[in-house]
Parts: sequence; C-alpha cells; structure tokens
Amino acid sequence: MEPFIRLTAVAAPLLTPNINTDVLIRVEPMIKVPKGKLGPYCFEAWRYLPDRSENPDFILNKPAYRSAKILLAGLNFGCGSSREPAVWALADMGFRCIIAPGFGDIFFNNCFQSGMLPIVMPVETVEKLAKLAQSQGDLAPDFTVDLERQVIVTPSGEDIAFRIDALKRRALLDGLDDIGVTLAAKAKIDAFQANDLAQRPWIYRY
Amino acid sequence: MAASTLFEKIWTSHVISDLGDGFALLHVDRHILHDLNAMKSLVELRERGYAVRNPELTIATPDHGVSTLPGRNIDTVPEGAALLRGYLEETRRAGIRSFDMNEDGQGIVHVIGPELGLTQPGTLFVCGDSHTCTHGGLGALGFGTGRSEVIHVLATQSIYQKKPKQMRINFNGTPGKGVTAKDLILYLIGQIGADGGNGHAVEYAGSAINAMSVEGRLTICNLSIEFGAKVGMIGPDDTAYDYLHGRRFSPAGANWDRAIAHWKTLPTDAGAKFDREIDVNVANVGPQITWGTSPQHVISVNDVVPDPATAGDAARRDAMNGALDYMGLTPGQPIAGTPIDWVFIGSCTNSRISDLREAGAIARGRKVKPGVSAWVVPGSQQVKQQAEAEGLHEVFKQAGFEWREPGCSMCLAANGELMPRGQRSVSTTNRNFEGRQGPGARTHLASPSMAAAAAIEGAITDVRKMMV
Ligand code: SF4
Repeated sequence: MEPFIRLTAVAAPLLTPNINTDVLIRVEPMIKVPKGKLGPYCFEAWRYLPDRSENPDFILNKPAYRSAKILLAGLNFGCGSSREPAVWALADMGFRCIIAPGFGDIFFNNCFQSGMLPIVMPVETVEKLAKLAQSQGDLAPDFTVDLERQVIVTPSGEDIAFRIDALKRRALLDGLDDIGVTLAAKAKIDAFQANDLAQRPWIYRY
Repeated sequence: MAASTLFEKIWTSHVISDLGDGFALLHVDRHILHDLNAMKSLVELRERGYAVRNPELTIATPDHGVSTLPGRNIDTVPEGAALLRGYLEETRRAGIRSFDMNEDGQGIVHVIGPELGLTQPGTLFVCGDSHTCTHGGLGALGFGTGRSEVIHVLATQSIYQKKPKQMRINFNGTPGKGVTAKDLILYLIGQIGADGGNGHAVEYAGSAINAMSVEGRLTICNLSIEFGAKVGMIGPDDTAYDYLHGRRFSPAGANWDRAIAHWKTLPTDAGAKFDREIDVNVANVGPQITWGTSPQHVISVNDVVPDPATAGDAARRDAMNGALDYMGLTPGQPIAGTPIDWVFIGSCTNSRISDLREAGAIARGRKVKPGVSAWVVPGSQQVKQQAEAEGLHEVFKQAGFEWREPGCSMCLAANGELMPRGQRSVSTTNRNFEGRQGPGARTHLASPSMAAAAAIEGAITDVRKMMV
C-alpha cells in the first residue's frame, strides 16, 4: 500500500449529506472496470449529462477543482454498500484525503486499506474549510494535510489539528501490509482456535 | 461480574489479541463469499502468496450476478458469465463449499446463512457485503467488510476492528393492522436519520421484538446499515432456538445441548449500560413508504411529500430538492395515488417465506394493474420450494406476477435486471439510492404487502384498504 505522509493540494467542497457508495461507483463499472481505471466512473450520474457530455455545473468538473486531491464532504459520506471500489474510484480520480463531519463505518475502514486518509472534523470546521477553498476564477488555493503532525494547514497558514487512531496512523505512514503483520503472529490464532474448538466444537465440525 | 451486553460478550470471547485503544484482532467463525467478490478476492489472495486458512469455515453462493429468469444457466446473462465461471473455478480450487446456481441451498447470502443454520447465536459472522448485519437477527455478531478485509479474513480467519459504541432501540407495544417489521425499521430510520447509528453496534429489544418471528427480526437487523449501524442484533431466545433446531448445519445431538447452554449465557444482562437508548412506541407507526433517495426520506403512506423549506440547513435542503427532482415528486402532494410502473418483491430484506405469504395474501384473487411489471424473486431455493409447496407461486402467477429464480435481481441490478430510466417502482428492498435499480430509475421502499397492493392498484396505496 502507498504510504500517506503529507499532501499539498487543492480541496474541492462537495457538502451534500449522505453521499452513498452507489453514487461513488455504480455496480456495472465496479464489476467490469479494473482498479486503477475507475476514475471516469466516480460520481458518474452527477458528472455527466444523459448524453454523456460533462455536466458543467458539477463542482468536480470546474477547472479550479480538477486537480483536487482533497475532498471536503458532508455528513455520513460513503454510507451504504461495503464496496471498496468506491474508495478506489475516488483514488483513481486523484483524491488522497477526505474531510467530513462523519463517514459510513465500512467506507471509513476501507479508506485505510488503500492509503486514503479520512478525517473526521466538526461540521463548522468543514464548512469553514469549504469557504477557504472557494476558487477565484479558475484558481483554487492549496491546503496541506500533514499526517505526521496531524494538522491541516489552511491556505493562510493556520494549523487545524485532527486525530487519527494511533494504529491506523502508523499503518498509513508506513504503508503496511496487514496480512503479513497478522500472519507473523499466527501462533496466537492457532492457540485461539485450539482452545475454542474445545469450548464450541459445533463451530468447527458441522 | 459486571453486567454486560450481548455485543460485549461476543466481542470479548472472540478477541485473539487486544491491540489497545479499543482495537482488537477478532476470530471469524463464519465467512460467506458471493459471486461479486469470490473470484477477485481469491485470485488476489493467491497472487500475494497467501492461502485460505480455514476453507471449512467459509462458504459461498452466487446471488448478486445470477439471472433470475426461469430456466437460467451460467450464460443467461452473457456479461456475467466470466464472473460466474471464475467464481466456480476459484471456490473449487480453494476447497470452499459452494451452493451453486441451481443447487439446493443457493440463494442470497443473508437468506441462506440463517436458513441453513450457519448463522448461530454468538458467532462472529462476516461477508463482503454491508447487509451482513442481517445475521444479528439470530444473535450473531455480523458485519460487512470491504474487499481488503475479505482477503485478510481468507488468509487469517481473523479481522481487525475498533470496538464501536453501543445503542439499544426498544420497540414497545403491538403494531397495528398492516404494519410489519419493515415498517417499524423504516419508521425508526426516518426518526433518527441515515447516520443515526454511525459508529454504533445496535441491539433491538422491547416487547414488539420479543413477540416477533425470526424472519421479522432478520428484516429489522437487515436495515441497520441504512441508518449507519454496521452491527444490528437481537438477544437469542426460545423463538431463535426453535427456528434453528434441526436445520442443515445447526448443531445436533450432544452439541445441540451444549450450544443451547452457551447461547443462554449470551443475552444482555439486566443493568448493562448502553451509550445511547431509544424507545419507539410501535402503536403509533403506520405502513411506511419512502419518497426520496435516502432511506431516511420516509413517511407514512397517508402523509404528503415533505417540503424542503422545512429542512434544517442549506445542505439538507439542497439534498431534499435533489431527491424530489430525481423522484419527480412535488412537495405537499399525497404520496398515495402516485402511479407506478414496477413492483419488485425480493432481496435480503424481504424475500423469505413469511414475506411471500404476506404479499400472497394481498395478491390472492386479485389482478396486477395492466401496464405494471411485477416480479416476485424468492430469496433462496429453499424459500422457492416452500412457496411452491404452499401454492404461492400459483397465487402470484394468476394475479399476473412473474415468479422467478432466487437471487438479488433488481435490488442492485448487477445482473442486468434493471428498470428503465424514469420508471417508478415500489420495492421491498433496502436502498432507494439514485440509480440503484438502474440509471434514472425511481425506487420507493415498502413492505411486501404494501408492494403487492401497489401492483394491484398501479399506484402507491394504503394496503390496509385491502385487508379484511
Ligand atoms: S439482495 Fe440486495 S442488498 Fe441484499 S445482498 Fe443482494 S444486492 Fe445486497
């Protein structure tokens, strides 16, 4: 997994509440299109008009935000399905960090598996960041997200602190393969199952 | 010992190692694969140099991508054939027990787990699907995972999780005529919002839950994820034990007695603490129907479509306006009487035998309105066989419904079974998201009997008018 340490980029504001994973990636491209090529299908229904031309009103189509790597999102972002390709699609579109007042629990977990940093911030803070992210013509300002220091640096240089669970932060900073880590302690799983088999034989022999 | 909850007891007994900060590595007792994730997960596992640790604790079935056309085979949906072949090859290669397309036991993952007796009280149950919360209806700790976590479970039979907060929802009282488990849970979501359960494991309790069948409980738990709760569960009781007794993979003989003794230790102790507790008086709940594109956009069938001007803030108002625009509805219009094009009775929410009986009771002796396409898709081979033994398939067919093969079908439209743009359905599914049943398709969620009533009327209608 690609480590996440520090990122400086444009932040795109899209504060609609309850954006679900079906909106992030519909089921057909999720099945047919491989990881790494999902970008064009992310937010498909909103990004394109029925004739497949780009919807010029959709925020992520505006020139100022095309290079955005940070998404400022609304309440309960990524609710719904467990589909991890929703995270991949955002990553393929260029995003590495999502800042929202809350996330769907499964989506939140999935982010860490792909080096995507999800940051929970109070609604007022996300709204303030969204104001700071306003573009002047085709230009939008840069923010820095620093996972080492756990701060967001606004365009004017103000530090806003955030917190990520220590375990998740370490894994992102190091880009760890968690299967390798778990299997290094395989003896613990063996011992658990041996003991459990004696307690609950019906779980293992059925 | 301190008073403890059902959730805590299962969590604690599955900790392989405690990582501090609320994180733990937990043992997975049961893992189900389906056709959308089996092939890709097993191939990636192999390519990364790992093997399936406990194939005997893993089962698989094709449900999302299979056709539900009578007489189907692997090539009925040409675009899905490669996926299904890959599914067969990889599950076989890994030694994972699969219930194949037209084999006994096949069905929607969350329907077959309980009916085969694979879902049991006190088990930790995962699947790469968000509605794995369904299995909590039998007192299991079930939750959905992403693809990476599926691969981790295959390799290690364990999963890293952070302990969520806990919430208890008490449904008290007796539901009125025409009010089902589906209505109770939709009503709750309308009250607390699509993110009301985020970060929580939810336990359902109260007199209405105690009196409810296992199938109703599975429906309640199924929709937990629709208000953000990854886990929804109900303490096991005699109703649960009776349901499990004698099922294909239920404990048997001496193990049955040992299992019961264990299961009886699981329910939440008196005095156990929850982070949040909510009481719902079910006597106040009428048949529910959604109007928008989030399950929280729900009203009673006799209500009018709400006005976005009443929303708390600009973002919510915009979301409501967007939903009304997508759904083609006007604020203030009565929802009843809205004409529909489709009815879909199926999905892991409402495709069990009791659901089909409820819908059948409305369909019996009546006719589907001309111009309406109405489908009944049983949740599993077992449900289908039982329904046919009871003659329900004839009831539906005579009324003008299509009687189909088991699978997810139009719940997700992953198998090409989708609704044309702009058309409107009443569906017994769990998600009215934009595009869920096909790009531009408009979905209204409701109970099986409400869906059957809509098919007959050709419009959204109060099912109670059709009940004696
Ligand atoms: S029936 Fe629908 S919600 Fe249930 S598992 Fe299938 S696609 Fe998912």
